[in-house]
Amino acid sequence: MAILIILLILTLLASLWAAMTPMLLRAAIALALTSALLSVLMFQLNSPYAAVFELSVCAGLISVIFVSVITLTHRLPLKEYLRRRQSRIYRFMYLPFIVIAVVLAMYFIRIDLNIMPSMTQSISDVRIALWEYRRIYLFGQIMAILAGVFGVLVLFKGDKED
Amino acid sequence: MRYLLILIPFISIIILNLFPKKNRLAAAFWTGAVIFTLQLMMSMIFPFNDWGKVIFRSIEPVLGFNLLFDDLTILLLISSAMVCLTSFITGWSTIKKDDDKFYFTNLLLIALIGINGIAMAGGTVSLYLFIEVTALSSFIMVALYRDKQGLEGSWKYLMLSVVASVLMLTSISLFLMLAPSTTFADIRTIASAGNTTVLFQLAVILFVCGLLIKGGLVPFHGWLPDAYTSAPAPVSVLLAGIVTKASGIFALARFITSASGTPEPLKNVLLLVGILSIVIGALAALGQNDIKRMLAYSSISQMGYIVAGLGIGTALGTFAALFHFFNHAVFKTQLFANAAAIEEQLGTRDMDKMGGLGSKMPVTATTATIASLSTAGIPPLAGFWSKVLIIIALWSSAYYAYAAIALTASIVTLAYFLTLQRKVFFGKVAQGLENIKEAGYGLIIPSVVLTCITVGVGIIFPFFMGVFIK
Amino acid sequence: MDTVQMFWIFSIFIAAIAVIGIYCIIATFNLLRALIGLELLIKAVTLLLIISGYLSGRTAVAQAIVITVIVVEVVAMVVAAGLIIGFFKQYDSLNVKNTRSMKG
Repeated sequence: MAILIILLILTLLASLWAAMTPMLLRAAIALALTSALLSVLMFQLNSPYAAVFELSVCAGLISVIFVSVITLTHRLPLKEYLRRRQSRIYRFMYLPFIVIAVVLAMYFIRIDLNIMPSMTQSISDVRIALWEYRRIYLFGQIMAILAGVFGVLVLFKGDKED
Repeated sequence: MRYLLILIPFISIIILNLFPKKNRLAAAFWTGAVIFTLQLMMSMIFPFNDWGKVIFRSIEPVLGFNLLFDDLTILLLISSAMVCLTSFITGWSTIKKDDDKFYFTNLLLIALIGINGIAMAGGTVSLYLFIEVTALSSFIMVALYRDKQGLEGSWKYLMLSVVASVLMLTSISLFLMLAPSTTFADIRTIASAGNTTVLFQLAVILFVCGLLIKGGLVPFHGWLPDAYTSAPAPVSVLLAGIVTKASGIFALARFITSASGTPEPLKNVLLLVGILSIVIGALAALGQNDIKRMLAYSSISQMGYIVAGLGIGTALGTFAALFHFFNHAVFKTQLFANAAAIEEQLGTRDMDKMGGLGSKMPVTATTATIASLSTAGIPPLAGFWSKVLIIIALWSSAYYAYAAIALTASIVTLAYFLTLQRKVFFGKVAQGLENIKEAGYGLIIPSVVLTCITVGVGIIFPFFMGVFIK
Repeated sequence: MDTVQMFWIFSIFIAAIAVIGIYCIIATFNLLRALIGLELLIKAVTLLLIISGYLSGRTAVAQAIVITVIVVEVVAMVVAAGLIIGFFKQYDSLNVKNTRSMKG
């Protein structure tokens, strides 16, 4: 249990860093770090398949996409950078207070939780669950990937350097 | 079988992309024409004759998919067949570049798979999944021309759609804990047990809020006018006619009738959102001078009627709402097709620059007038019956204030549509428009067909009213 | 550990990450940072799905849902990245103010 709390705090700090850092490349790296920590958290919570998926896709593919978009759209000159950095600190000043306020609000609203009234099936393996009981999800995922392929064809056409 | 509805378009996409480059435009045209006409035929013929009933409504899942098929499904299938066919024909008359035509056909087929999946979804997660598939193909279609406005509309749509998905997923995870599984049947066992905890009601409200954002209702309508106006003409037809309605309203109707019923907080939320949408949509449409933007706000207003009808909870209200769903698919598609014809011939969408088109484009003018009157609820057209039924349902459930507001908004609807007619079609011919001819056949034929449907349904309906009210 | 207590501890962190994500979307001038905020929201919801699967014992269904969500959201991110590249080609900068040009 203690390790879960440590992982959660680290994830929160990584996401805070991703939001507040002024350089976009560092924000993308912070996002990948958040995904990795989330993946470790999922391993701890008995979900190995989802953890592997999250690690390979989110910490890998999305970071590649982000870094390529950042390099394709050139950065600002240095003076503009510093000016933006100043205004960013002031804009994000309120963020930690809002987070603490939301956390305290949730702590004080105690809703009665009546979890899991009945469990009809006890499936242990994701592969069985996905193939036998919820095969429609696979079909839908194939459709989504197909739509993504067309999205790439439509939106990334024209001259794309490298 | 019902599985063919989502498998046939998928196989056709694969076959379509295997053609070599010089043939693929013709292949796209014929594939699209065949598939959409097939959808129309399958949705109208098969569920109604006896042989089809046996195949369509058999219970056991054949391919391992858990797909429902009931009366709500038939409604969406017929509506989506009409709208997709109109969008396809409009697309082939309006889009200029060949590559864009090809990609548009493919994306339209993916959207068709998504809509069929929404129609037949058996659980909240399948519903979410097919809503996302339809939304993904819509994002790409809105930005098809890669111009400034299209990208902006698509960006706003994407942002709000992902936020709505996050709300729906939060609700799904709560259902995962509180119900035996996430399918509709299992959620219903908990909802109808009587004593639902606060967390369960919160989950229901979150799911409904996610769906309302996707449907573009007030106060979540920020993306809708921009997306509708900046999309290419056939994509506007598709969005207004089916995507917003299937993702938002139809999913809401499915969720309410299959899973949760209408508990008190849900009824209040739906009624409030519905009435707000009616009022704000109608008021905002008054001050527009871009024709598609005005039609977008009018869509928000009409969907407010449908949601208010669903929120009443009685059988009459639900039936009136679903009938208005079908009518809106017909006449709003019609209006957007007319707007596409006008934009195609004139090159502009600003209504202040138009005038006196009635003599130059007679077919467009007549069909637009009939569709506008149906939207405003003038007898004996179809829109009149559905609106009257919604107002009667509101009145008979003792929501007198809401019924009065709905009636007043109907008059405002008439006002802005008359403004549209006066500005665009009647009056003197404006400067520089003397050479406008009527739009091509591809844009006229769907308009004429849809107008006939509106008029026909309006005239036939009173005879069948007793049959339809279940 | 008591399930209710564990749920509340997790949900507090999830709410915090969600608030960070929403704040990131609202308080930024750069389109890419809005995309990062969107990603953070999605991660918060993924964590919520996993923890609800763990607490109710249905890890298999929860993992199936999470895999579906990850696939769908990565396609949405790809489309959003394509839109951003399109924005860049049209406007030559990534200011959010460019997306407010349609009024009314």
